[in-house]
Amino acid sequence: MKIEELTIKKINTGLLKKEFSAVEICKAYLTQIKKRDKEISAFLTVSEEMALSLAKKVDEQISEKKEISMISGIPAAIKDNILVEGLKCTASSKILENYTAPYDATVIKKLKNQGVVILGKTNMDEFAMGSSTENSAYFTTKNPHDLKRVPGGSSGGSAAAVAGNLCVFALGSDTGGSIRQPASFCGVVGLKPTYGAVSRYGLMAFASSLDQIGPLAKTVDDCQIVFEEISGKDKMDSTSLEIPKVESGNLEIGKLKLGVPKEYFVKGMDAKVEKIIKEAIKKYEEMGARVEEISLPNAEYALACYYIIAPAEASANLARYDGIKYGYSVADENENANLLDVYLKSRGGGFGDEVRRRIMLGTYTLSSGYYDAYYLRAQKVRTLIKNDFEKAFKSVDAILTPVSPTPAFKIGEKTKDPLTMYLSDIFTISINLAGLPAISLPAGKVDGLPVGLQIIGNYFEEEKIFKIGKILEKNA
Amino acid sequence: MLSKEEVQHIAKLARINLTEEETGKFQEQLALILDYIEKLKEVDVSNVEPASHAVKVENVLRKDKAAENQENENKKLQDLAPKTKDGFLKVKQILK
Repeated sequence: MKIEELTIKKINTGLLKKEFSAVEICKAYLTQIKKRDKEISAFLTVSEEMALSLAKKVDEQISEKKEISMISGIPAAIKDNILVEGLKCTASSKILENYTAPYDATVIKKLKNQGVVILGKTNMDEFAMGSSTENSAYFTTKNPHDLKRVPGGSSGGSAAAVAGNLCVFALGSDTGGSIRQPASFCGVVGLKPTYGAVSRYGLMAFASSLDQIGPLAKTVDDCQIVFEEISGKDKMDSTSLEIPKVESGNLEIGKLKLGVPKEYFVKGMDAKVEKIIKEAIKKYEEMGARVEEISLPNAEYALACYYIIAPAEASANLARYDGIKYGYSVADENENANLLDVYLKSRGGGFGDEVRRRIMLGTYTLSSGYYDAYYLRAQKVRTLIKNDFEKAFKSVDAILTPVSPTPAFKIGEKTKDPLTMYLSDIFTISINLAGLPAISLPAGKVDGLPVGLQIIGNYFEEEKIFKIGKILEKNA
Repeated sequence: MLSKEEVQHIAKLARINLTEEETGKFQEQLALILDYIEKLKEVDVSNVEPASHAVKVENVLRKDKAAENQENENKKLQDLAPKTKDGFLKVKQILK
């Protein structure tokens, strides 16, 4: 058994043929974590005991000849902003240092019901705000392809865990690119589903109109299997939706129309990255797909629009961390200390720089007198961005773009200037504003560093972008 | 450009304590970001409806009824609070 070659289907076949047990698979990954995570630092918590007991249950089901699902006994890692009952859940923040999840997120409940073996919780940028995991209050995760470089973020721990063979798949969350950008940097496949396709119940809210949970895995097929298990309407999340059954049937590449937005190939992009993406697009063309240039004229406003909407929503969502209900609390024993002091000191000391920056930004743009100029205007621009995509999808099946303008950058390279860091999400952000599904998959390497291609689909057309992704995967 | 006083005011609205040094740092960084988002002023948004959500969602209603057997859940949640007393969360005195 070669751990780096294992996929969900291979493990499932092996378990059914009794080539190995779920406990053996689980132990192999735990050993790998012990060996390699010292240098990668993908995990905040390793839940050895829970993992082994979940694996044992799967083995019992197999020996009792009960039917098991495709993902039974598959070892997985979970981003630390998704609640797993009984495990610490910190969102990489000091303010939740001692917080233990009191219940399972809906996605976790679904995975546990199917026998998934949870290995632990992965590192991230604090409250998912960042693109490198350098905003974690605990440590920075390293890119398994080059330990001097970042794994991307915010789901950097999850992407590095998959790339470092520390798990078979991982869950992440994506608000502006937080699954796709680290997937690109680490050379794995990552999906941001259509808004509402996956329940957000038990995901710590960052920007509720943009947040989505999604899978990261080695192959498109694995991503699809996990997505199908975690998606669906949930009564605990009123924004979740049942995915309309679209029978796309067999995808004929000769009938496939792919759009390439001209606004995405502009100055500032690494020339080698651009070359890889153009080559990938050419491959589709050579196989018979029709590639046409499209225009998303409002794309250039996406980043500015996002940095109004996301911090505004975050400033409201993160009001719950108040030093009263849970988490880090500075309760001044001084008789004269009042409630306001508790708030100010707990939040001032518990949140890191990026989180405080965004909360203040959101507070400012929502404050009296500024609402119309910032927030309302941004929501209108959001409509225009959405309309651009809707128009494009009238003539194409999917849109191909780079995931990020550069491959993984060096640790420390962009921490001084927040705006430069924000620019690494320039190609992924508009997809969240529009609520569309998009996948990042490996397209090639620049000086040994992976580069991802982004395939954007129309609403609820995950199946179609999986199929399109598999074509490139097969012909890599 | 935001003034130091404005940054302090925003920080207080956001219930975040800042040191003098932090106030200066955030003043600079927030100014840069606010400058960048000014870009949206270029866009003609007349007659455009604001989008609060990506996908059209409708109000979902349910009965406002307490679930049964919540005692264990209540205890779990209270155990997470820094201070409790007689089954309540304890806060500093608000009224004098």
